[in-house]
Amino acid sequence: MATPVTVYGPPLSTAVSRVLVCLLEKDVPFQLVPISMAKGEHKKPDYLKIQPFGQVPAFQDDEITLFESRAICRYIAEKNPSKGTMGLFGTNPLVKASIDQWLEAESQSFNPPSSILAFQLVFAPRMKLKQDEALIKQNEAKLVKVLDVYENRLGESRYLAGDEFTLADLSHLPNTQYLVEKANRAELFTSRKNVGRWWDEISSRPSWKKVVEMQNAPPQ
Amino acid sequence: MAIKLYGAPGSTATLRVRACLAEKDLDYEFVNVDMGAKEHKKPEFLSRNPFGQVPAFEDGDLKLFESRAITQYIAHAYADKGNDLIIKDVKKMAIQSVWMEVESQKYEPATSKLIWELCLKPMWGMPVDEAVAEENEKKLEDVLDIYESRLSESKYLGGDGFTLADLHHLPNLKYLMGTKVKKVFDARPHVSAWASEILSRPAWVKATATVA
Repeated sequence: MATPVTVYGPPLSTAVSRVLVCLLEKDVPFQLVPISMAKGEHKKPDYLKIQPFGQVPAFQDDEITLFESRAICRYIAEKNPSKGTMGLFGTNPLVKASIDQWLEAESQSFNPPSSILAFQLVFAPRMKLKQDEALIKQNEAKLVKVLDVYENRLGESRYLAGDEFTLADLSHLPNTQYLVEKANRAELFTSRKNVGRWWDEISSRPSWKKVVEMQNAPPQ
Repeated sequence: MAIKLYGAPGSTATLRVRACLAEKDLDYEFVNVDMGAKEHKKPEFLSRNPFGQVPAFEDGDLKLFESRAITQYIAHAYADKGNDLIIKDVKKMAIQSVWMEVESQKYEPATSKLIWELCLKPMWGMPVDEAVAEENEKKLEDVLDIYESRLSESKYLGGDGFTLADLHHLPNLKYLMGTKVKKVFDARPHVSAWASEILSRPAWVKATATVA
C-alpha cells in the first residue's frame, strides 16, 4: 500500500485546495499538515527549507519535495497516469499541449485578477484590512474580459481543453469558489450561459465538494 | 513550412518561443503581427489567440497560444533535436516544473511591470510611475534573493543543465539588463553569473539577432 503523500497548508488557501482536488481526482491518499499562517508558521526556518518563498502549499511524497501548486498538480498527474481521472493531464502530446495552453491561460490571465478580487472581497475583511475599491474595479474589468473569452471557448468545447475535464479546468476551481460563494460575484459567472454551465459541472464533481467540506470544517 | 510563429519582434512572449525554436535548431516561418495596426485584436488573429495577444503558433494541424505552453510542446515534440530543454526523469522534471512555475508566478509579474514602466512607457512618451517601479523592483529583489540561494546549490534553476526553467527568463532579463534594474542582478553573484551565462548562449544570440 502506498504511503500517503503529505500536503502542508490550510485547505482554505486557494493554492492548497488546488493540490487537494487534484489528489482526490487521482485517488492518491494524502495527509494534510496544518500550517498556521496566523501564527507565522509559513515563515519559520523549518518550513522555509521546503518552501523558500514562505507560501503554501508544500508537498512531499516518498521521493520528492515540491512547491508551486501547478507544478505539484502536474507531478501528481504524471506520476499516476492510470489512477483516478485518467485524462486529467492528457493521454497524448497533442491533448497535453492543449491542456497546457489553458493551464497557462488560467495562470497568466485568470489567476491574477481573480485572486486579487478574492483577496479584496473575502480575505481582507476577515483580516480586518481596508478594501481597495479602485483595485476591485480594475480587476473586475480584467476578469470580465477573460470570462468573455471563456464564454466563447466553452460554446465550442465542453471543457476548456476539449471534451474532458482536465487540469486546465481544475485549476480554476479555488478562486472561482470564493468569488461565487463568498464574494457575492456569482453573477459574473452565472450571467454567462456557457461559463455558468461549466462552473456548475466542475464544481459539482465529488472531488471538489469534498475539498469545500474540508474548507468549511471547523479549524483543528 | 510546418512550423509557423505569429508574433511581434519586440514582444517578450514571442521571444520566449523564438529562443526555444533556436535551442532546438528548428526551421520555422515567422509571421509578423502588426500590433501598431491592432492586427492582434482583429477576428483573424483572435481565431488563433482568443485573448488577442502574441504569439500564436502552428505546427501542421496543431494550433497553440500561451508562450509557455508552446515551449513545452516544442521541447517534448522535438525532444530528439537540438538541445535538451526538459528532463525525462519524472522526479527531476518535477523540480524543473517547480522553477518554471516560479518564473511564471513570481518573476514574470514583477519584471513585466518593470518593463512596462521603464522600457515601454518611455518609448511611447508616457510618464513613468515611480512608485510602481520601486514597488516591483523591491518584489524582484525578494525573488532574486531566493534565486541567489537556489543557484548557489544548483548550476541552473531547474537542475544541473539549462532547461526551459532558465530559458523562460531570457526575454524579460534582456530588457531589464538595459535599465537601472540591472544592478539588482549584478548585486547577487550567483544570479549575475547565471544571467551572463544564459544571455550568451548561441541560440539566444541567434534568436535576438533580428530584434532591435
